[in-house]
Amino acid sequence: MTISATRDSTTAPDRPLLDVHALKIAFPSEHGVARAVDGVSFTVSRGESVCVVGESGCGKSLTALSLLRLVPPPGRIESGSRITFDGADILTLDDERLRDIRGQHMAMIFQEPMTALNPVLTVGDQIAEVLRVHTTLSRQETWARTVDMLAQVGIADAGARAKQYPHELSGGMRQRVMIAMALIMSPKLVIADEPTTALDVTIQAQILELLRDLRARTGMALLLITHDLGVVAEMASRVIVMYAGRVVEEADVEDLFAAPSHPYTEGLLAAIPKLGQEEERLQTISGSVPPPTALPSGCTFRDRCPYAFARCATEEPALLQVGSAHRARCHLVEEPARRAVRHDVVRT
Amino acid sequence: MSRRLSPAFVLMALLVAVVVAGPLLTPYAPNAQLDIIALRSQAPSLAHPFGTDAVSRDVLSRVLDGGRVSLALAILSVSLSLVVGTLYGAMSTLAGGVVDSTMRRLLDVALSIPRLLVLLAVGALWGALSFPALVLLIGFTGWFDTARLVTDELRALRAQEFSLAARAMGVRGPRLLWRHLLPHLLPTLVITASFGVAGTIALEAGLSYLGLGIQAPQASWGTILRDGAGVVQSEWWLSLFPGLATVFAVLACNALGDALRERFAPNHVPRRATSRDTAPIPMTGTTSPSAFSPSRTVRP
Amino acid sequence: MRVLQSVAVVFSAASLAFVLLQLAPGDPATALGEGISPELRATIRAQYGLDDSLATQYGRWLWSLLRGELGWSRDQHRPVAAVLADALPRSLFLMGCALSVSLAGGMLIGAWQGARAGSRRDRTTSTALLVLYSLPEFWLALVLLVVFAHHLGWLPATGITDETYRYMSTRQQFVDRVRHLVLPLTSLSLVGVAVFARYQRHAMQESMTQAFVRTARAKGLTESAVRRQAWRSALLPVITVTGLMLPALITGAVFVERVFAWPGMGFAMIRAIEARDYPVVSAGVILGSAVTALGAALADIAREIADPRLRTP
Repeated sequence: MTISATRDSTTAPDRPLLDVHALKIAFPSEHGVARAVDGVSFTVSRGESVCVVGESGCGKSLTALSLLRLVPPPGRIESGSRITFDGADILTLDDERLRDIRGQHMAMIFQEPMTALNPVLTVGDQIAEVLRVHTTLSRQETWARTVDMLAQVGIADAGARAKQYPHELSGGMRQRVMIAMALIMSPKLVIADEPTTALDVTIQAQILELLRDLRARTGMALLLITHDLGVVAEMASRVIVMYAGRVVEEADVEDLFAAPSHPYTEGLLAAIPKLGQEEERLQTISGSVPPPTALPSGCTFRDRCPYAFARCATEEPALLQVGSAHRARCHLVEEPARRAVRHDVVRT
Repeated sequence: MSRRLSPAFVLMALLVAVVVAGPLLTPYAPNAQLDIIALRSQAPSLAHPFGTDAVSRDVLSRVLDGGRVSLALAILSVSLSLVVGTLYGAMSTLAGGVVDSTMRRLLDVALSIPRLLVLLAVGALWGALSFPALVLLIGFTGWFDTARLVTDELRALRAQEFSLAARAMGVRGPRLLWRHLLPHLLPTLVITASFGVAGTIALEAGLSYLGLGIQAPQASWGTILRDGAGVVQSEWWLSLFPGLATVFAVLACNALGDALRERFAPNHVPRRATSRDTAPIPMTGTTSPSAFSPSRTVRP
Repeated sequence: MRVLQSVAVVFSAASLAFVLLQLAPGDPATALGEGISPELRATIRAQYGLDDSLATQYGRWLWSLLRGELGWSRDQHRPVAAVLADALPRSLFLMGCALSVSLAGGMLIGAWQGARAGSRRDRTTSTALLVLYSLPEFWLALVLLVVFAHHLGWLPATGITDETYRYMSTRQQFVDRVRHLVLPLTSLSLVGVAVFARYQRHAMQESMTQAFVRTARAKGLTESAVRRQAWRSALLPVITVTGLMLPALITGAVFVERVFAWPGMGFAMIRAIEARDYPVVSAGVILGSAVTALGAALADIAREIADPRLRTP
């Protein structure tokens, strides 16, 4: 039995599956309100593969959590934010309908499979639980599908493995279990929050390939959160770059790698060590991410930007169009001449 | 100061104040038999807020005086337990290897023998004991928990990176223990002491009540309770007030221990507990399954 | 390994009892019987082999223990074994009931609290539990005795059954037993509830912060289903504590039995102390340790059932 293709959705085919608009997530802290996510907007279309990339702390994980309303307190999604999934307004949905969507139409794969799985339950039970919650299948049928799903995600001897506990499996297998758990109801959108970060490099490749494979078979949309540009290159058809809680650039993956517009993206790409590179020192982006309670005025990146000029300090750039599917939040889009003026970044 | 800490400190301060200053303020000497005809077994009144006992002693004065005794006993014996326990634990960890595991096994065995039963046995054989003897007895039967706590925590600390780093720099043995590891133990020990004193106050009260602890005519909360044992119904004040005092003291110490633990050691996981009458062991932050290997902790 | 440990415990307890006896002031013959003439003392010494070397005595002590000969109770004029046979089941019954009540109550309250950690209801409950936890068991027993038995007369004050027990019908007998059980049980278990509740609360609170709770929500589980999952993981610490609470339970039982004249091991021991009847006391020490060791072993088994990570492959 193969995984069924995603079921027909209720929205019109040309409307995006996921529409995030002006998402703001704030945390009260002792130094004031921390704007962890500050006005993030993006869409994901049916069957699309989108990567959200950024450093730790840029708000990408929180953004992902908010899609299923899993933001942990005291974090709050502020009013003015809107998340629309398949026609439903996630933020105002009642609990029952939200639970209906969770795991069934939109599912999430977490970063650390060891802690994300319940240690006292077998992996089979945890996967079967998804079916128990969302379907009325018999126990045998539930178990049969669970074992089948485990086989689909590449676990050998699935029947025996299903009766094992998380600590008895390797890291890679645990992540496969998480994927099985997420995909068993054939959701339309799968959110993967740094699914390979905790794994060895070789296992990483296998997991990514598995995700690609499953996507091809089911036609599901994939929203992949990562800080690794290598993963982006492999998995994405579209990329969203986040910095300090905002979207700073979005583009098709080839455009992004070939012609990055935002200095931050430039810096990220330049920092990747390349074979055959002649310089001895690796390129870095100097400085560090400002704390969300003390963001600089104007453009949040200006303290670390080699092109920063006067306007950057006073005026925050809007997300400006660079190409047909390419946008960047930078004044350089309007004043490309300034790109010629590089200067050393003053270390703060 | 955290929300929890302030009320606990207030309670403790109150307790200490009452115990230290109280006896100086009462009009009567605790053992003075005031008027054996007219004033015996009087119910509480304005002149004697806690009443008088069968030989016309003022119960309030006795309770205040008894507080000193009970508290002194508790603090002294707990201090003894802490010192011995820490020494044992430190030596065990220092020794390492087979010696360490043997010492820990011995601890396990010792912790399996209920403390009160041993105290009862001693009581059966030796009868009444002097105050110093009591301190020694209670102290020397109460150090096992501390030792267990110390061995477990030291073991966990030793495995942590900062001590690996220290050892890589050449710090070893006793110096490592003294300068690097023991300071980490301090908050835990203080918390243990807090709960330990609480438990020992209760233990002493119970022992004296049975006739095995502090002996008459010296007042302690337990002896007053013993005085009132046969007449619980009629002379209820002999049982109520020392009992309330005991509860108050125990509560203050427990609250302090709780508050300290919240402040200094919030992420603790229980390992093994022991009997009520000893201090609790805040559990170390390791959540690996091996952390659950048998070790004695105490009440949370 | 566990068996070895339990044996070691019992062995140590027995040795301790022996050592104490030897160390005690006065002639061991005196401990076995007071105010006796020198000739009688000499006879006793010879009879009990008290003039033999320590090693021989020790060996004899252990050997007789192994054979189940626990000595003679001077006070009760019958073998200690007989005393224990009567008293031990009653104590075990009381402790067993108390442990069950404490566990059940404690786990319920603790789990309820832990899932609401930080809320106002949680905090008030915590304070109430703290007070409960600080009550000395024997004093609580006294208070309950005075209020419910003496003052209100609702429940009997002492003993395990009424004097007219043998004349009652079976149903009346059952009711009578229950009535006699209520106060001792309450005294013994109330504090236990506080202990377990505190542990369970902490464990539950920790459990709820684990990452798998978030996964459970992401799967679409209801909040109560999520809590149930968290609770499964919070069981282990409580089971661990149970095994270790046994010495405390025994301690509490001794006091409660004294207050309510419940004819169990504790009561027998206290009576023996007052009568200087050491064989009973030493038997009590040994048995108490055995019970503790056994309980700890059972708890270890339960722990392995609760947490698959502890099962040795």
